[in-house]
Amino acid sequence: MGAALRVTGASRSFGGVYAVREVDLTVEPGELRAVIGPNGAGKSTLFALIGGQLAVDSGTVVLDGRRIDRLAVHRRGKLGIGVVFQAARIFPGMTALENVMVGAHGTTRAGFVTAALRLPRFRAEERAIEARAWECLARTGIEEWADRPAETLPLGQQRALQLARALCGRPRLLLLDEPASGLRSGERKRLAALLGELRREGLTMLLIEHDVGFVMRLADRVTVLDLGRVIADGTPEQVRADSTVIDAYLGEAVT
Amino acid sequence: MSDLIAYVVTGLGLGAGYALVGSGLVAIYRVTGVVNFAQGAFAVVAAMLTSTLLAAGLPHVLSETLAVVVAAGAGVLVGLIATGEPGAALIVTLGVGVFAYAVEIVLWGDQPRSFGGLPGVLTVGDARIQAHYLLILAVTVPVFAGLALFFGRTDLGKALTACASNRYAARVVGINVRRMGLLAFALGGALGGLAGVLTTPVQQVTFDSDVTLIVNGFAAAVLGGLTRPGVALAGGLLLGVAQTLIAGFGGGAYQLEVALLLMLTVMVIQATRAGSLVGATR
Repeated sequence: MGAALRVTGASRSFGGVYAVREVDLTVEPGELRAVIGPNGAGKSTLFALIGGQLAVDSGTVVLDGRRIDRLAVHRRGKLGIGVVFQAARIFPGMTALENVMVGAHGTTRAGFVTAALRLPRFRAEERAIEARAWECLARTGIEEWADRPAETLPLGQQRALQLARALCGRPRLLLLDEPASGLRSGERKRLAALLGELRREGLTMLLIEHDVGFVMRLADRVTVLDLGRVIADGTPEQVRADSTVIDAYLGEAVT
Repeated sequence: MSDLIAYVVTGLGLGAGYALVGSGLVAIYRVTGVVNFAQGAFAVVAAMLTSTLLAAGLPHVLSETLAVVVAAGAGVLVGLIATGEPGAALIVTLGVGVFAYAVEIVLWGDQPRSFGGLPGVLTVGDARIQAHYLLILAVTVPVFAGLALFFGRTDLGKALTACASNRYAARVVGINVRRMGLLAFALGGALGGLAGVLTTPVQQVTFDSDVTLIVNGFAAAVLGGLTRPGVALAGGLLLGVAQTLIAGFGGGAYQLEVALLLMLTVMVIQATRAGSLVGATR
């Protein structure tokens, strides 16, 4: 089951300029939440505040009742936050399958000694991880690339690889930063189908997206950021009808 | 002919030592991106400590094992210092290496030390070979097989590799990059220590033996772009054999120069092919 995320009064500034200012955001377990907004609205900063790449100046980030805003990135990863970056941040020099298997690192129990001695408990765990990695490769449609060095995959497949890696870690909250940007329309449809499937399985997701059409069809709720502040929050229909949103961002293009 | 066999076996034994030092460099570089110039000191410390422990009456194997464990601990210490300040790591490891001289001289003096290894002499044809050289090989080869398995086939090994490949992404999947770096330093320390305790019975050790070890170890490791332990083993063995052959049939004074020349040649070739060193740090 997915985790609940609660961001309260989160602010972060760079050189005196607020990138994110007093942002409140509550995502229920199993919800697919989209965060949209024009360029410079603070979407990526908010994303990094939750993932831990940036620290909040003030405010809190709470995952399932536990404050995580002071935790290091890897600790948040272990708590079940999976991240899919906009840029394909893969592990070059390792195969696609290995890339995905590394995603499960945060879930492993075996320590250095058991690993070095290849004790039975460790070997069972290794087998389970590999099986799960194959599953994740299949779900994201890149099974046939499994044995290729990750850096040789086409960009679309590298993006899918990142998603597979995140899924292999059994996340309870999945953060996706513009996962559809730069994808061809077939890939985009497949991604939308997969996200829908994950949502039905109860995974909590926070999706940052530029493409409004893409998120309006998928998201349970939509949060709109502008100049670092939340200007609207509601169902896709409510947000679409919101006059502030239309003025700030959507314009007449969305009907 | 008998000379040739003796030289080759001797060279393989020496080369195994270089390869172990080199693989320690590889383990550390692969994970942290740091070229650890204090690597030779691990071997010296472990060898000196073994001589002390043996003199104190501890049995073989136990003495050597303890020394390797201490070398691993020294590795963690160097790692703590070297990875604290990003960018300065290279100079820091050089400094630690020089500082280690002082510690070694205070603790063990500046005279060469050695201790007995595996006794016995084997006769192959009319070549007489110290049995200890075979022991060096018998330990080194499984260690390398284990390393390859560890890095290639285990979750922890993959996590270590992932740190070097993309630290940013490694953190995201829950890898404690700093802890992995220290683990790599411990592994590097243990491998360096192993090189020291294995090779000292056939060639004694002084506080500045680390220079020879680090130059040759680096030459071995650089063959594999500092990232492939298997190639470091091949490189080390090749280097060891080349040196003993040159020393045996030419003159013994040129051993270090051979290593330097080989290292430079490899680096020039790699640089002209767009450099695997650069490629590996990405």
